[in-house]
Amino acid sequence: MSASPGSRGLDALYQEIVLDHAKRRVGFTSLADHPEQDGAATSHQRNPVCGDEITLRAVVADGPEGPVVEDVVWEGAGCSISQSSASMLTELVRGVPVEQTDRLVAGFREAMRSRGALALDEEEYGDAAALSGVSKFTARVKCAMLAWVALEDAVRRA
Amino acid sequence: MSAPTTTAPAGAAYDAAAVRAEFPLLSGGAQLPDGAPLVYLDSAATSQRPRAVLDAERSFLETTNSAVHRGAHSLAAEATELFEGARETVAAFVGAQPEQLVWTSGATAGLNLVAYSLGNAAAGRTVPGHEDAVRQWAPGPGDEIVVTEAEHHANLVPWQELAARTGARLRAVPVHDDGVLDLEAAAAVIGERTRVVAFSHVSNVLGVVNPVEQLVAMTREATGGRALTVLDACQSAPHLALDLPALGVDVAVFSGHKVLGPNGVGCLYGRTEVLEALPPFLLGGSMVTTVTLEATAFLPPPQRFEAGTQAVSQAVGLAAAVDFLRGVEERFGEGAVAEHERRLERRLRHGLREVPGVRLLGDADGVDDGTVQRVALQAFDVEGVHAHDVGQLLDARGVAVRVGHHCAQPLHRRFGVTASVRASAALYTTEDDVDTFLDALSGVRAYFGVGR
Ligand SMILES: Cc1ncc(COP(=O)(O)O)c(C=O)c1O
Repeated sequence: MSASPGSRGLDALYQEIVLDHAKRRVGFTSLADHPEQDGAATSHQRNPVCGDEITLRAVVADGPEGPVVEDVVWEGAGCSISQSSASMLTELVRGVPVEQTDRLVAGFREAMRSRGALALDEEEYGDAAALSGVSKFTARVKCAMLAWVALEDAVRRA
Repeated sequence: MSAPTTTAPAGAAYDAAAVRAEFPLLSGGAQLPDGAPLVYLDSAATSQRPRAVLDAERSFLETTNSAVHRGAHSLAAEATELFEGARETVAAFVGAQPEQLVWTSGATAGLNLVAYSLGNAAAGRTVPGHEDAVRQWAPGPGDEIVVTEAEHHANLVPWQELAARTGARLRAVPVHDDGVLDLEAAAAVIGERTRVVAFSHVSNVLGVVNPVEQLVAMTREATGGRALTVLDACQSAPHLALDLPALGVDVAVFSGHKVLGPNGVGCLYGRTEVLEALPPFLLGGSMVTTVTLEATAFLPPPQRFEAGTQAVSQAVGLAAAVDFLRGVEERFGEGAVAEHERRLERRLRHGLREVPGVRLLGDADGVDDGTVQRVALQAFDVEGVHAHDVGQLLDARGVAVRVGHHCAQPLHRRFGVTASVRASAALYTTEDDVDTFLDALSGVRAYFGVGR
């Protein structure tokens, strides 16, 4: 067995800020109440292993220096990591230029795949930096990635 | 082949710890970082293998490995003998004749074999002399294929696809809230147009033993004996003494890796008349008599269904697993393993009922008064904590359970959840394992700050 860091490692996964976001769920809504407006696109992502899912809607508007992610809302069900990750992501990218969100998603993916080697920069990632610990738990990387993949997909199509 | 190495007088009290010592992974092989012993409660997903199985495979590979049923050298002859000997051993394990047992790569392959065979028959590919038999089972437009709401995707999706290819309609028998199959509904669903009735002996989520003989009788009555009954015995084969011919089903499948055997091998059992009438699915070498550029004549069963090179060492390993199970039974007396597993089942279910916020999937009261039989596996939901998070916390305590939908999405949907946690035991599971699991579980909601 390799990927079982014991209970000490567990607190690196479930940091208080992670559990807090899982409860607060920034951006969580009922999408039925949010008709898809101009410049919006919706992405549905599923984790086939556990059936967790997220439907995320991103609204992209033109800014002075290119397109900007104006708003993100989402609905879905899943574990605390996937819910928390969606909440942190929403908080992070609302109002951020698309070019920058692309970089954030790429960097997040790289960190998640690093098996603990790369930590996310708090300056750059805000609360989502607390998800760095997930990358040591390879079975949970998909959970953390779910919302980010949805955002990437939605923004691309918006 | 090798029975457990230490011997005790037959009928001695069951000693799960001694049995467990025969499993290298469970006795020190799997190293947890902090040196804690592994509590393995995921045997329903895959069981661990005793030394006897590992040795049998290795010994075959080191001394006898060669292509079976091909070539005339003595090594091949010896390998063929062991391969066919393994078939006899495993067939006897389920009460069958060797020619009634087809090697497959597992239960999924076996179920697809049957579904595709029927699809081929529906398309007019029948076995000469057996056209009438197979036409009764081959679905066509307006016919019905019946499954249950509790099936593993392996016993659902192939039937969905068969229905889609043939124009038949797929219908599902529901389960009650307590996980018991709704037999009244079954009686209403199974009827004149039914061509296939496919169901599990034991659901891999609910753990409830389905009344196979009753369903077979019901099917026979409703269809005049014309529907094919298909039993998924994946979760019963490791726990219940199986006599498939006595159960009366037409075909049945199970997987080696769930009965202490290797991966990549499994079995399809079929009544002789049924196997004789089913057209082949996979086509190629080792399953033919005469081949011309235009046409091919096929071997009789079981070879008709064993195209290509078979998993020979795995088959030998599976026979060793079956021998091992019999050895344990001989060592502790008939029924001792079953009694041990019944105790585990009770401890697990009753223990879980005591944990606040836990809801069991398939919590039948009938188990305690003996009207419902279950095996020692239990899926559950923890209110306010996602299954993944529960599993993670248990993992940190060295407890391995399954989380997710366990390849049974429709059943989870029926119980209003997308995922659950499942703890499952085997003959090497101890009562201490169950207690450690329950203790670890009792702290989960507090950790996530719910239920306070
Ligand atoms: C009831 C049931 N049916 C079918 C299967 C599929 O078995 P396999 O993956 O070995 O083919 C399983 C195992 O997950 C099962 O539990």
